[in-house]
Amino acid sequence: MAIHPILTYPNQQLKQVSQPVDNFDHNLRAFIDELQETMHDGPGAVGIAAPQIGHAIRLVIVDVSNKKKIKHHGHLVLVNPEIVEWQGLAVGREGCLSVPDFTGNVVRAERIKLNAFDAYGEPLSFEMEGYEARALQHEIDHLDGLLFLDRLVSRRNDLFERKKR
Amino acid sequence: MNNWYMLTLVGNDRTGIVAKVTRILQQNNCQLGEASMLRLGGNFTIMMMVNSELSSDDIITALQAISAELNLQVHLDEIEGRLHEHHIPNVLVTVIGADRGGIIAQVTEKLFNVGFDILNLDSDVAGTDERAIYIMRIEGQALDGIESIEAALQPLKADGIDISVQAIETLIA
Repeated sequence: MAIHPILTYPNQQLKQVSQPVDNFDHNLRAFIDELQETMHDGPGAVGIAAPQIGHAIRLVIVDVSNKKKIKHHGHLVLVNPEIVEWQGLAVGREGCLSVPDFTGNVVRAERIKLNAFDAYGEPLSFEMEGYEARALQHEIDHLDGLLFLDRLVSRRNDLFERKKR
Repeated sequence: MNNWYMLTLVGNDRTGIVAKVTRILQQNNCQLGEASMLRLGGNFTIMMMVNSELSSDDIITALQAISAELNLQVHLDEIEGRLHEHHIPNVLVTVIGADRGGIIAQVTEKLFNVGFDILNLDSDVAGTDERAIYIMRIEGQALDGIESIEAALQPLKADGIDISVQAIETLIA
């Protein structure tokens, strides 16, 4: 196993569209372990996408289970994830392992439905909301060569109604 | 080179201020750091970190012609400039209400008393001359948690001001 360096903007590999995974083999699972280890090596990230360590394949890991009082599905390894439904909009603040020392507001869907495969090629399906849905949208953006920088809303005039606590 | 200044420029808003001023600075080998540039009440305002080996007098002199042309007030201070040290806010306080005197003082005093560190404050006066609306957004760090902020601002809510206190949960992924 190995911890990989995280690519940071403006590395152009972060702007590539990643390719779907075809082979759900031991190589894939070994890579997932390395991606996992790399994510945990960093400062409190709740997700990571394969292209962030230079592998342009459609694979993300998300785990928001350390956040209190939110709905979540625990530790998720999602291969070829695809959002099939979006509902609602919310502004939230995001940062990224690939963009050190900057956070900003981004509009995301409040609720999503998502299809994906697990590490063995078994189909998965989830309905997510809030923070977990935001994390998934952030990661899937990486697979499409997008960073949260591409979606920033104005610092000053983002008077969206946020979800009240 | 680590010789930072804070350059403040204020003048009647018109097109070209940013382009012309930053070109002059570039021609004088000044490097720019973080900046806030925005329109406030019909004025265009700039606060900009400038890194330069020039003396403050030399920078002012370099800007003299353009500031005269654009009718800008220029102010320059030597500062201790540090980049890559952004603090991440964890609370957003929104204050909206009929415009009235002392509102910023009332709110920020209460925030100060509970150790709230303001990182960013925007305020706008909207509405009309007859019925002005005051809109303020304050982002900062609540060191003692969001509950203390809510409790501190509770008395002001009764006074006909809409105050909302929301946690900012920054997602790092």
